[in-house]
Amino acid sequence: MADNKEREHSEIEVAEFHKKIKEAFEVFDHELNNTVDVREIGTIVRSLGCCPSEGELHHLIAEVEEEEPTGYIRFEKFLPVMTNVLLERRYRPIPEDILLRAFEVLDPLKRGFLSKEELIKYMTEEGEPFSQEEMEEMLSAAIDPESNTIHYKDYVTMMVIDENETL
Amino acid sequence: MSFGSAVLAATLVIQSWYRRYRAQLKTRERSALHIFQSIEYADEQSQLQLSNFFTFVLEHYRHIRAKDLRLVNRLYVSSQHERDIMDDDDDGMLSEISDIYGGPQLQFPLTFADVESLIEGYKQHQLLHACYVLEILFETKKALKQMPNFNLVKTSPSKEVTICGKFHSRVAKLIFWSLLNGLPSENNAYIFNGDFVDRGNNSIEILMILLVSFLVYPNDVHLNRGNHEDFLMNMRYGFSKEVMNKYKLYGKKILQVLEEVYAWLPIGTIIDEEILVIHGGISESTDLNFLHCLSRNKMKSVLMPPIQMHRGYGAEFRKSKGETLQGVVSILWSDPRDKRGCHPNTSRGGGYYFGPDVTAKVLSKFQLKLLIRSHECKPEGYEITHNGKVITVFSASNYYAEGSNRGAYIKLSRGTRPRFFQYQVTEVTRSRPLHQRVTTIESSAIRILKERIISRKTDLINAFQLQDRKKSGKLSLGQWAFSMQNVLGLKLAWRSLSSHLVTTDKDGNVDYMSCFSDIHIQKPVKEVQSAVIETLYRYRSDLQIIFDIIDTDHSGLISMEEFHSMWKLFSSHYDVHIDDHQVYELAEKMDLNEDGGIDFNEFFKAFYVVHKFDKLNKSDTNFA
Repeated sequence: MADNKEREHSEIEVAEFHKKIKEAFEVFDHELNNTVDVREIGTIVRSLGCCPSEGELHHLIAEVEEEEPTGYIRFEKFLPVMTNVLLERRYRPIPEDILLRAFEVLDPLKRGFLSKEELIKYMTEEGEPFSQEEMEEMLSAAIDPESNTIHYKDYVTMMVIDENETL
Repeated sequence: MSFGSAVLAATLVIQSWYRRYRAQLKTRERSALHIFQSIEYADEQSQLQLSNFFTFVLEHYRHIRAKDLRLVNRLYVSSQHERDIMDDDDDGMLSEISDIYGGPQLQFPLTFADVESLIEGYKQHQLLHACYVLEILFETKKALKQMPNFNLVKTSPSKEVTICGKFHSRVAKLIFWSLLNGLPSENNAYIFNGDFVDRGNNSIEILMILLVSFLVYPNDVHLNRGNHEDFLMNMRYGFSKEVMNKYKLYGKKILQVLEEVYAWLPIGTIIDEEILVIHGGISESTDLNFLHCLSRNKMKSVLMPPIQMHRGYGAEFRKSKGETLQGVVSILWSDPRDKRGCHPNTSRGGGYYFGPDVTAKVLSKFQLKLLIRSHECKPEGYEITHNGKVITVFSASNYYAEGSNRGAYIKLSRGTRPRFFQYQVTEVTRSRPLHQRVTTIESSAIRILKERIISRKTDLINAFQLQDRKKSGKLSLGQWAFSMQNVLGLKLAWRSLSSHLVTTDKDGNVDYMSCFSDIHIQKPVKEVQSAVIETLYRYRSDLQIIFDIIDTDHSGLISMEEFHSMWKLFSSHYDVHIDDHQVYELAEKMDLNEDGGIDFNEFFKAFYVVHKFDKLNKSDTNFA
C-alpha cells in the first residue's frame, strides 16, 4: 500500500518535472524544433532552480550532447538527464547563511563590506571567473555608488530569491 | 583549510549562486521578449489577412452602395493622373514657406551643410516645413527612378561600407548613432536595409535625415526597401498617423508622394558582386535575374492583391503580376531557419522560412558568398546563421522595451571579414541592474498580453468552462495553459507566466476568471454590449486601417452612415454578427456632442484599458 502510494507520488512528481523542464527548454527553443543552443543549457539548468558550478555544468552538458557535438542540444536527450538531476535534488540552491559565510571569508577583517576592487579581484581572478558582462551586471546592483563598496549582508538579504518562485 | 583554499571555496559559492540568480532573470527576460515577438508576428499575420479583406471588398464592390466605391478607388485607382499633376506643381512649392517659419532651412540642391542643419533642427525638436518635406520626396523620387532594382556597391580596403537595418526608433537614437559611426559621406558609405519608418514618434525625422543624406551622396548612401515601406503597414504601425499629426495641411499629400517613393526604392543591394543585402530573405524560387527586370514601381504595397481595375488586362497579366509580387514578398518578409527546405512563414503569415540548403543553393546559383538581412530583432543586435552564410543585422536597440536588446551594424570591404559593432542607447546614464531592467520589460510584455486576453474573453471563458466540468471556477495549471495557448494561438511559457496573469490557490489550481480581473473598461461605454467591445479589441487595428481609408480626407471624422456601412463591410468579411441596433446604439453613445459624426480617436479612447500591476510594482520596490 505504502509502496504504491509512494510510486504514485513520484510519478506525479516526475510528470510535474517534465512539464517544468519542457517549459524552461521552450523559452530557448527559438525555432520550435526541440533543440536549443548548447550555450543556453547553463541558463536553462539554473532557471530550473539548480545551482551547479561551471565544472558540474560541463559534465552535465557532456551527458546530453550528441556523440559528435553539433552545437545544439536535443530535448529528448536533455529531458531524462535533467529529470534525474531534479529527482536527486542535485546542485541544490545555496542557502542564505552559506552565501553570507562565503562573503565573510573574503572579509577576514570583518569590516562588513568589500571594496569594489576586492570584489572584482575575487570574482574575476579566483574560482570560475566571471565574464566582463557577468561582473558588470553584478556590480550594477551590488555596489553602493557613494562608498564604492558592497555591504554584503544587505546585499544578500536583498538578493535571495524566494525558493517558491521557481520550484 | 588554508586561507587560499577557503577563498577559492567561498568565491565558488558566490559565483555559482550569482550565476543561478542571473539565469533566472535571463529566462524571464527571454520569455518577455518572446511575448513581444509572438504578438508582433500575430499582428503581421492579421495585416496580411487584411489584404484579403481588400480583395473581398474589391470582388464585392459592385454590390456595395455607391459611396463605398471611394474605398475601392483609394486602393486601386488612386490614379497616376493625380500624381502627375502634383509632380508638375512642385516648382512653386518652396516659395510657400513663410517668413515666420522657424525650423531648419534647406538649400536646393542639397549639400552636406543641409544634413547638418536638419540634424541640428531636429535636436531642438523643430519640425521641418512640409514644403521642404515634399521637395525632398520629389527629388528622392526623381533620383530613385534612375536606379536599377538592385543597388550595386563596390568596396575596397580603403573604402568600407556600413550596413544597418531597421530603425523604428526615436530620432535621438539615430543622431547618437550617427555620432558613433559618423554621418554618411564619400568616405563613409552606408547601406540602410529597410524599415526606416513606423514605431516610435520620430519616423518622419529619421526618414528625412536618410533621404537628405541620400540626395547629397547618392553614390554612397544606399536605401533598400523594407516590409514597412508600405502604406498599408504604415496605417497599422503608426507612421501614417504620425505624418497626419505633424503635417495637418500637407499630410495627405506627403503620404501620397511617399507611396511613390516606397515603390521606387531598390529591392536590395549587391556588394562587390558577392554579398546580397536585402531586408527579409529568400525562397527556393528566388530568381535574381527575374528580380533585376521587374517594374518595381508597380508595387505600391506588396501586401496588395494583384488586381487591375482597368479593362483590357487579361488573366495572364494578372498571373505574372502575382509572381512578381510573390518574388518581392519573399525578399521583404522571409526569415532564415535552421530547418532545411522552404516553408511558408506561418508566424508572420507572409514570406517564407528558408533553410541552410536554400541559402546554399540560391547563393551558389547567383555566384554570391553571403546574404545580409535584417527584419528580425536579435538580442545581441546581430546573428550569424546557416554556416556563416547568413547574417542578420538589427540596428534598433531597445526595440521592444527599454533594455530589451542591443543594436548593431556591420562594416565590411572586399577581402576583409565583416566587423560587428554593438551598442545600446539608454536614457538612463548608468546601466540599470538586471533585475530592474527585466521587471520593466516583463511588465510591458504582460500589459500587451493582457490586451490580447480581453480581446478573446468570450472564447476563453468558453474554453475554460468546457474543461471545468465540476463548475468550480478552477482549473489545473495545465488545463489553463492549454486553453490559453489554444484560444490565443500564442505558444508561450504559460506556466511561468501564470503568476503574472491569474491567482492560484494553495493546491496550485487556477481561478480562471481572475485573468480578466485587473483589466477595467472605463466609462462611458461600460453598459454597451460586451460583445461589441470585445470585437473592437480584437479587430482594433484592422478597424482603424479601414476607417482611415474610408476617411479619405483624413479629417478624423466619420459620419454615422459611414460608420455603419464600414461596420457592415467588416462584419460580413470577418463573419462577426452584431445586429444593427447595437451598432447604432454604440454610435449614438459615442457621439457625445450630438453633431452626427464620430471622432475616431475619441472613439477608441473610450475603450482605454487600465492596468494594475500592484504585484509587480511591489516586488520592484525592494530594489529601489
